[in-house]
Amino acid sequence: MIYSDKVMEHFTNPRNVGVIKDADGVGQVGNPVCGDMMTFYIKVENERLKDIKFQTFGCGAAIAVSSMVSEMAVGKTLQEAMAITNTSVAEELGGLPKNKLHCSNLGADALHAAIEDYRKRQESTKKGEPAGQVPPPESKEEHEECFCPYCEGPIEGLDEFCHSCEVELEECPECGKYTRKGDETCISCGAALPRK
Amino acid sequence: MRRIYLDHIASTPVHPLVLEEMLPYLKERFGNPQSLHADGQEAMAALEEAREKVAGLLGAESAEVYFTASGSESNNLAVKGLALAQREKGNHLVLSAVEHQSVLHAAKSLEKLGFTATLVSVDKQGRVDPEEVRRALRKETVLVSVMLANGEVGTIEPVAEIAEICRSRKILFHSDAVDAVGNIPVNVKTLGVDALSLAAHQFYGPKGAAALFLKKATRILPLIDGGIQEGGRRAGTENVAAIVGLGKAAELAAAEMAARGLLQSGLRDKLMVELPRRVDRVVLTGHPVERLPHHASFCVEFIEGEGMLLGLDMKGIACSSGSACTSKALKASHVLLAMGLDHALAQGSVVFSLVDGTTSDDIGHLLEVFPPVIDRLRKMSPLYTKYLEEKGQ
Repeated sequence: MIYSDKVMEHFTNPRNVGVIKDADGVGQVGNPVCGDMMTFYIKVENERLKDIKFQTFGCGAAIAVSSMVSEMAVGKTLQEAMAITNTSVAEELGGLPKNKLHCSNLGADALHAAIEDYRKRQESTKKGEPAGQVPPPESKEEHEECFCPYCEGPIEGLDEFCHSCEVELEECPECGKYTRKGDETCISCGAALPRK
Repeated sequence: MRRIYLDHIASTPVHPLVLEEMLPYLKERFGNPQSLHADGQEAMAALEEAREKVAGLLGAESAEVYFTASGSESNNLAVKGLALAQREKGNHLVLSAVEHQSVLHAAKSLEKLGFTATLVSVDKQGRVDPEEVRRALRKETVLVSVMLANGEVGTIEPVAEIAEICRSRKILFHSDAVDAVGNIPVNVKTLGVDALSLAAHQFYGPKGAAALFLKKATRILPLIDGGIQEGGRRAGTENVAAIVGLGKAAELAAAEMAARGLLQSGLRDKLMVELPRRVDRVVLTGHPVERLPHHASFCVEFIEGEGMLLGLDMKGIACSSGSACTSKALKASHVLLAMGLDHALAQGSVVFSLVDGTTSDDIGHLLEVFPPVIDRLRKMSPLYTKYLEEKGQ
């Protein structure tokens, strides 16, 4: 098995799966094009995460990461929850295969997006704007292709080459995102790239 | 727990008779076929016997069969070797968009050497239109490569028609038949190919043994320079035991293929009909009729293939997926995308490929186990929730 026992355990019995209809904040990241999509719903009381639910379209790692993030964050203050990083999630899960590390980024990102959504709603209430149901934010990345990290041009199909800016790309073995071939470090995660 | 292996396209098990035939060459008959002494000549005789058997399966002559170590190597040898040997003639290749990576990436390497490649698209069922191949041909075209059968969606391509077009234009034609040979009748003369790749582990032989059929008097440049093995076209001490296994597997396939195919296609048909009945929003991928007899492939909406694979594996079922998450590169299958499937649907790809020994009971068990695995993942999926909301549930 490519995954740790802990990952498989969370995949088999994920915590906090579901939807909160009257959520205080909703965060959605990823898109089906690149493989994973996560939606986090939060209920907040006295600056603490009282309840978290999530839904995930994605691989075993993505499901386990979502579950782990929800378990790590529930009961925490918003500030503490914002401090949850992809590294800490991957560590809690007993490690992830290198090419799946980007899933752990998504998990923390989705939670953080939900918290930011909650804060935005708080601000607009303070400003006296009409309270009530704020629609969940449209995911920024939805319906997008995979993008070149340099010019944001779409990367299609088999290409490891950006046709917009003509940069040759390779996948960072650390975070799985595209970075420029021949660079010393990954543009996304900063990891040192192995030289051939 | 009961294990049901439905991943023929990854590898078949080794047939017991194949193993039996191989074992002496891993023990007492260890000689190097290139040695002049008796030990060497014993190995050489075994090698040539295997060559005859493979040639027999293909309707080729022994001298037209070259052993390699993998289907990928055969494809690389054909694409690079045939293109580079004709460099003076031209620098253009035509490939189908659904070729195996070992063909596509070989062509990509050639692009760095000044070649260009045209990818011919496929229809929704993964079929190449021979007329499109004809339209893609140029004055500088030196090689066309279209696979005989696609491992991901099972579709069988109209290779004979494409070969005919190439022949009339005097352009060499290679077919990657790794998923086909040993499973459906493949005759190089009827097909009219100049080169054709096959691999033993797709028809109950061992991994590490494969072959390239190359029509007599066809020029090719070797990938591996060295000694005189394989007529100087593939240097390196031969993997005798594995090649002996390939020979035996070819012999068995020639005798048993028809019966295996009949049995497997019967069970496969049941799966193709029943699975979409038991789970809604499941579509068959590939051609409904022109497909490998052991092959059933689907896309399940709203969920991702790797989760499905893990869920089924936990229930004892081994299968494949072309989803992005199951690939190391995290990209959805180029085959499904070339067929025009949208990304989200392509992520839900699952492939069941039957092997010798798959029973009706196995398929029945899969049909029992499949719906709850899907149901569990869909309940976690934001895309399914959205679908239900839109449906008004």
